Amino acid sequence: MAVGSRAAVWLASAAQRFGSVPWRDISAEAVDRTLLVIKAVCFAHVINSYVVSLIQVRGPSMLPTMNLTGDIIAVDRVTARRGTVAVGDVVLFRSPENPRRAITKRVLGLEGDAITYLVDPHKGDASKTVVVPNGHAWVQGDNIYDSRDSRHFGPVPYGLIQGRVFYRVWPPEGFGFIGQKATSL
Amino acid sequence: MRTGNSLWLLTKKALTGALIGVTISDRYVTLSPVRGSSMHPTFTGSSTSFPGSLKGDVVLVERFCLQKYKFSHGDVIIFRSPTNQKQMFVKRLIALPGDWIQVPESSEILQIQEGHCWVEGDNPASSLDSRSFGPDSLCMLSEPNLIHSVYCQPVLM
Repeated sequence: MAVGSRAAVWLASAAQRFGSVPWRDISAEAVDRTLLVIKAVCFAHVINSYVVSLIQVRGPSMLPTMNLTGDIIAVDRVTARRGTVAVGDVVLFRSPENPRRAITKRVLGLEGDAITYLVDPHKGDASKTVVVPNGHAWVQGDNIYDSRDSRHFGPVPYGLIQGRVFYRVWPPEGFGFIGQKATSL
Repeated sequence: MRTGNSLWLLTKKALTGALIGVTISDRYVTLSPVRGSSMHPTFTGSSTSFPGSLKGDVVLVERFCLQKYKFSHGDVIIFRSPTNQKQMFVKRLIALPGDWIQVPESSEILQIQEGHCWVEGDNPASSLDSRSFGPDSLCMLSEPNLIHSVYCQPVLM
């Protein structure tokens, strides 16, 4: 009997503590916090897609402009949407061979330009000239010896270009603008 | 002073609503009017001017497929034109990378490369699609953020 009444007393006090918790305030605050998180996520998404975003790039195809091992660069999304990409800009675009990869190369020609390129720099001087069709751009890596670019997959449609690389953020020694010419750090 | 305050609040709410709306429309689902007659009778287009475009079909477009880039034969997709980046097309996906197809009305056989696809409109008489982008410039499956599956048909008539 003592056990039963002790349990009853404990249950009663638990129920009282449960009732005294300010549930309405807690739920209001939870909703507020969730809304704040949602707003922050939406804000981050809009900035990332429409204004500027930070990307990490890796690989040898843009040496000496960009390092072999991871640089973090700032990509401006406004220029690509407005269609004002110029020759000499380094752009970030979706790979025509694999839609889930984004790559960075330099634009060497826009629609209507005639591009002369070395077919295979390892094997001599044979070159070809091609005219870039409407709505496309010709991209090449700064390191033509080790870069898979328009010489392999052809000119890239403007719609695939996601942004223009304009600044390097990391590593700190390389902090600065990425210009129109292939330069080292 | 009080009207200034309420105006500021209104602006803040409008901005927040716009941010959330843009995010949802970019990542999850969006509405889009259909123009032109290349997908007749599946979708009936309308004229391009503003009051006219309300009379055509409006479609619900879902963007979840962009996470994995997995499409099926027969999906109707919206994509950016390879020749004019400001124009969007609605067509049906006929062949995926790796498929072999025979180009309609000619005896050419080609294989769709990686990252590309073949699209055709349901109304072949008036459709600018993969047959006219040329046998080499197939519609790029990799058109960024632009391929969405048209999920449900006329929302507004």
